[in-house]
Amino acid sequence: MFPKGTKRKFSDSGDEPAAGGEDVNQPSSVAVRMLSSYSLQRQSLLDMSLIKLQLCHMLVEPNLCRSVLIANTVRQIQEEMTQDGTWQIMTQALSAANAAAQCSADRLVATEVLCRQTEATQGEQVLKPFPAVGSEGCPAEEEEEVVVEEEGEGGVTMSTVSPQAPTSYLPGTFGMDPCWEEENGEDEEEDEDSEECGSGSEEGDSDRLVGDSRTAEQVFGTFEIKNPAPSPDPALEELFSDVDASYYDLDTVLTGMQSAPKMGPYDLLESLSSHGPSTLSSSTSCRSDLNELDHIMEIIVGS
Amino acid sequence: MEEETDTRKINNSFLRDHNYATEADIISTVEFNPSGELLATGDKGGRVVVFQREQGTKSEPQKRGEYNVYSTFQSHDPEFDYLKSLEVEEKINKIRWLPQQNSAYFLLSTNDKTVKLWKIRERDRRPEGYNLKDEDGRIRHPSTITSLRVPVLQNSDLMVEATARRVFSNAHTYHINSISVNSDLQTYISTDDLRVNLWNLEITDQSFNIVDIKPCNMEDLTEVITAAEFHPQQCNTLAYSSSRGSVRLCDMRKQALCDTHCKFFDEPEDPSTRSFFSEIISSISDIKFSHSGRFLMTRDYLTVKVWDLNMETRPVQTYQVHDYLRGKLCSLYENDCIFDKFECVWNGSDSVIMTGSYNNFFRMFDRNTKKDVTLEASRENSKPRAILQPRKVCVGGKRRKDEVTVDSLDFSKKILHSTWHPQENIIAVAASNNLYIFQDKVT
Repeated sequence: MFPKGTKRKFSDSGDEPAAGGEDVNQPSSVAVRMLSSYSLQRQSLLDMSLIKLQLCHMLVEPNLCRSVLIANTVRQIQEEMTQDGTWQIMTQALSAANAAAQCSADRLVATEVLCRQTEATQGEQVLKPFPAVGSEGCPAEEEEEVVVEEEGEGGVTMSTVSPQAPTSYLPGTFGMDPCWEEENGEDEEEDEDSEECGSGSEEGDSDRLVGDSRTAEQVFGTFEIKNPAPSPDPALEELFSDVDASYYDLDTVLTGMQSAPKMGPYDLLESLSSHGPSTLSSSTSCRSDLNELDHIMEIIVGS
Repeated sequence: MEEETDTRKINNSFLRDHNYATEADIISTVEFNPSGELLATGDKGGRVVVFQREQGTKSEPQKRGEYNVYSTFQSHDPEFDYLKSLEVEEKINKIRWLPQQNSAYFLLSTNDKTVKLWKIRERDRRPEGYNLKDEDGRIRHPSTITSLRVPVLQNSDLMVEATARRVFSNAHTYHINSISVNSDLQTYISTDDLRVNLWNLEITDQSFNIVDIKPCNMEDLTEVITAAEFHPQQCNTLAYSSSRGSVRLCDMRKQALCDTHCKFFDEPEDPSTRSFFSEIISSISDIKFSHSGRFLMTRDYLTVKVWDLNMETRPVQTYQVHDYLRGKLCSLYENDCIFDKFECVWNGSDSVIMTGSYNNFFRMFDRNTKKDVTLEASRENSKPRAILQPRKVCVGGKRRKDEVTVDSLDFSKKILHSTWHPQENIIAVAASNNLYIFQDKVT
């Protein structure tokens, strides 16, 4: 349960004065201190919110109201930081760090596009494992592994934040290993896209994707099931004709379905019958999903 | 206000008497019925317990007014949604009574996904003397039947029976947070995070969606519905609150889909108190129309506001519930307490409002005298039938005797659910797995 009387870590209200004993003849240093304290608080709040958001997705039944409120807070902080110019600084620092890790900005963009998932993959699942799985080859790996790899890459020290409930995964969940990384020692921020893209594979490197100001929306946006392409087999169509598609038209992760094959029945059929695994990303992690798909297919078809 | 505590720890027979709360026993909703004779509680385990007020006898006049267990039944069971790989919690989110129209009592109870209509009735008679059946129900052999007899109703032990008369399911994608019975007594609404659905009490396979705030693109979602209620007299009017701190009043006569509101109640934010948490603490956790139908009360994290339905620009009264928490919002955000949803209630005459707080405190505000009081629901600090002493939270400086400092408040002990008798000054307050019933001192 909660501790009785939570201990304040630092000033909760942003306008507490600096420690007593300040010389009134040096207002500027006080101001500077207050400002940096404020930035620290804001930073910490952003970190906390992002962690909470990710944990939201870990829960079996995420609370939509809570998610929305936290996401709005994150957006608010982002907007303020953008106005401050802090956001740009952070972006640049991350790009520099990424350059050091020999990752190109293209991949940042690519992943962002992947996470948005509109035109790129018609009728396919939104959450694809990041194809950069090959970079470190660690889909759904332990955090310790990630840390080891990070440090080998030079320069950027990272520490992972353990999820509070790593074992509370749903069956079949493979990619929701948060691998949530925070940079210590710098004020820079973690990316949110890693959480949104879901799978642990993208945590394989220091490739941190800087969200634009809309990343908060991506939390919800990534989890929409897009309308499926029409099934090639009319008989199969009939099977599902009485299924109300709108029932699946929900932000499924927000209501908890976290296994990677977040597909509607049309998608499942399509991918299984026509293309096999090629429609899915070729990462190894998806092979385990195929078993999931088979299993789900069995349930749906009732075989 | 003097209060005599009739601190019934209603867990003699079925709730377990532990120091820690067994998860399933945590009370998640309390509600008096319209006559005040019955009090229903729902818990996290999906059970509903109904208490009935004792009429009292001449020999034991002090027993009048005590609430004793009347009926217990399992309303909802845990479900598993196979398509979404999701467990649906059996926790009872809300109970709403229907006004009594015959000898049976009806209530609606809901969990996250399904609403059920329960009929509770007494059976103190049973038919005996069947022609074709034995007393224990076995069919009699035809050769043993030599004469005709008609069953007669005989008195038997009083039995209270609860049956599920209707099950309203599959209408909500998101979690149901409110239900409200219409004054026409034929329809009711059920509300989830994004939609309000209208049902007829007789029809379970059809419901009408009357409010839908789901955006086309879920990326644009910034606001959810937190509560909704029908107007107590106008059967066409309903109000719903949002996580952004606003209330919308809708008239169903205007259009079938009430996405456009008729009135919009929103107080502009005070720029001096703005912080990153402003939006979260402005999220409304509960709305209640006054019994008169003239006012509307909203509860957000730190305040209770009373709105006049005729004035949308600002509330007519704002009461600070626990403003001393304003400086602790960051910690409360960290431990998630900032998302706690407190309820608020009116008394029968709309002169006093009540709401809960932390440390098992609850607050009452008298709208006429402008006085307020903080009381505590605790077995340690008050004996049964003793008058409750007002409590005080010390906000700074020297702590007086009996005052509680903000830092020593127990944030795990919160009073989220409470209810007020419709006519008398009797309140029921739920503190985790304990139910406290308080009433005015009987002279």
